[in-house]
Amino acid sequence: MSLWKIAWRSIQQRAFVSGLTALSMGLGVALVVSVLVVYGVVAQSFHRGGEGYDLIIGAKGGKEQLVLNTVFYLSEPVGNIPYSLYEDLTDGKLAPYVDLAIPVCMGHSYQGFRVVGTVPEMFTELKYRGDQSYEFGQTADGRPGGGKGENFKSENPFDAVMGSTAAVRTHLQVGEEFQAVHGSGEGGHVHQQRFHVVGVLAPTGTPVDRAIFVNMKGFFEIHGMEGTAAHKEHAGAHEGHGVHDEHDEEAKQITAILVCCKQPNPSRFADVVAGVINKGPTAQAVQPIRVIADLFEGIVGKLEWVLLGMAVLTVIVAGISIMVSIYNSMSDRRHEIAVMRALGARRVTVMVIILLESILLSLLGGGLGLLLGHGMIGACSSVIVNWTGVDIGLLQFQKIELFLVPGLLLLASAVGYLPALAAYRTDVAQSLTNTP
Amino acid sequence: MLHLRELKKTFRQPDGTELHVLDIADYHVGAGEQVVMVGESGCGKTTLLHVIAGISRPDSGKVRVDDWEITLMPEAECDCFRAERIGYVFQTFNLLPGFTALENVLLSMRFSRRRLDKHRARQLLTRVGLSHRMTHRPTMLSVGEQQRVAVARALANKPKLLLADEPTANVDAGNQQHILDLIRETCKEENVALIMVTHSQEVAKQFSRIDRLQEFNRAAVHQ
Repeated sequence: MSLWKIAWRSIQQRAFVSGLTALSMGLGVALVVSVLVVYGVVAQSFHRGGEGYDLIIGAKGGKEQLVLNTVFYLSEPVGNIPYSLYEDLTDGKLAPYVDLAIPVCMGHSYQGFRVVGTVPEMFTELKYRGDQSYEFGQTADGRPGGGKGENFKSENPFDAVMGSTAAVRTHLQVGEEFQAVHGSGEGGHVHQQRFHVVGVLAPTGTPVDRAIFVNMKGFFEIHGMEGTAAHKEHAGAHEGHGVHDEHDEEAKQITAILVCCKQPNPSRFADVVAGVINKGPTAQAVQPIRVIADLFEGIVGKLEWVLLGMAVLTVIVAGISIMVSIYNSMSDRRHEIAVMRALGARRVTVMVIILLESILLSLLGGGLGLLLGHGMIGACSSVIVNWTGVDIGLLQFQKIELFLVPGLLLLASAVGYLPALAAYRTDVAQSLTNTP
Repeated sequence: MLHLRELKKTFRQPDGTELHVLDIADYHVGAGEQVVMVGESGCGKTTLLHVIAGISRPDSGKVRVDDWEITLMPEAECDCFRAERIGYVFQTFNLLPGFTALENVLLSMRFSRRRLDKHRARQLLTRVGLSHRMTHRPTMLSVGEQQRVAVARALANKPKLLLADEPTANVDAGNQQHILDLIRETCKEENVALIMVTHSQEVAKQFSRIDRLQEFNRAAVHQ
């Protein structure tokens, strides 16, 4: 009969109180797990948002705003840049350094979701999360994809594809149509031209899920078609959305360009391109991964410590409840401990039994907390995906969770020490004389 | 087997005065011998058993069990010695409520340095007539059955000396003789020396050696 079994029997004997104590520890651990997993997944999504291209070129101004707008579809565009800059990258002096350039135009929305004008290569050439390809109803090699329909075609100016979250929230499916609204909020001018949904992207867990993508040609054309004075005035009030004034190719403007530089040394080439662009008067080039890392560290990074601090505090409080529970039981158990001592158990042995009891309760609570934490996340994952586009699975573990078990062992040893010491100091003769 | 010499034990009372409980010049029990110890309530019977078992330390004097001077042993060694060589039967049985009858017997083995001998534990429980109650917890056993488990537990490690503190006091009249016979017979079978404390004349008169504590404990004489 091991000391573990003796400790376990003691827990069993006080099943109700032990159960409540383990539950309080479990809730604390569940909170820690939830914070760790949600934070980890959000951080991952945040950082991965900027993966897939080396540079973002946009109007001069705040680089954070450029990244927030282009990568996360948040905030307002900094301004516009001439379309000719895109041509410089594809056919001009910078072309030798550039593998792929994807223009994006912004300034419209539908039911609160950004409508982004771009080219089909956005989904055929660009990758997300490093090496993942965007999927519609079929993958590039003909296998069934995770999405629906297909990519829009260059020759169909009013085709659109939906990000997965945007499709769910707007209820727009393949074959349906919508009218873009000027600006990023409700109440803007509604364009007459309708866009036709031809595809829904498979979930990517990136901000792409929360946007609607249309053919850039159609994006330009809705301005040409509605080139009334009133509309021009309206457009003028919204700086920074891609416009095509009166079909004038030279005056065509876009919001930003996503740039992938050539192998074998894309980062060096990105520095060259960024150097040239940044010397010019109209545009800036930023490396999204660096900006995102700075943004994350500056805003969310500190929040991590606050959340983690609160969660750890909760676990410590739960740990103290274990100490109180065991310590309170000591007055009832003094006689029991004295009997064990009379049977030959050493002081250290009874002390170890109490410590093991504390460890077992903590581990029990920890296990319960892991199940509860991941269970809650799993249960809420579909809601979280729909609302945020962040895919959090039931089994989405974070490496830091590995520290939970040794952390709980340390905590259990610390909180178990006081009752264990009381057991160690039990006066056997006196406790035996006091009949329970 | 057991030899006490110049043994003294004093308790300090709440008012600061000292209460002399034990003052024994010389006391001896032979191997396999069965002794009943009688005395008034409060004359130090239980304290004497505690001192012999090493549960309490005397202020002075020597307690020798076999060739072992337990008053000179460090506490941890004394605990091991107690687990392996001294059995203890309490008046209130003191079975651990979270454990089955078999586990209560095994628990005693766990605290000794010997390996757990489940076969012996089962054998002992069968010997005390509880073969059908091995997996029952104390609350599921009658008072008499609980005391029989306590007897089996005390003999689990094949002790040389069994100390029994009023083992029949809390048992109904029907079971008293049965428990008494059980203890005496098993001690005889296993050649275990027995010191039984009682204030029951009925119990005492069944022993050939009756030691009255007041007669050899000078502290009790002065009380």
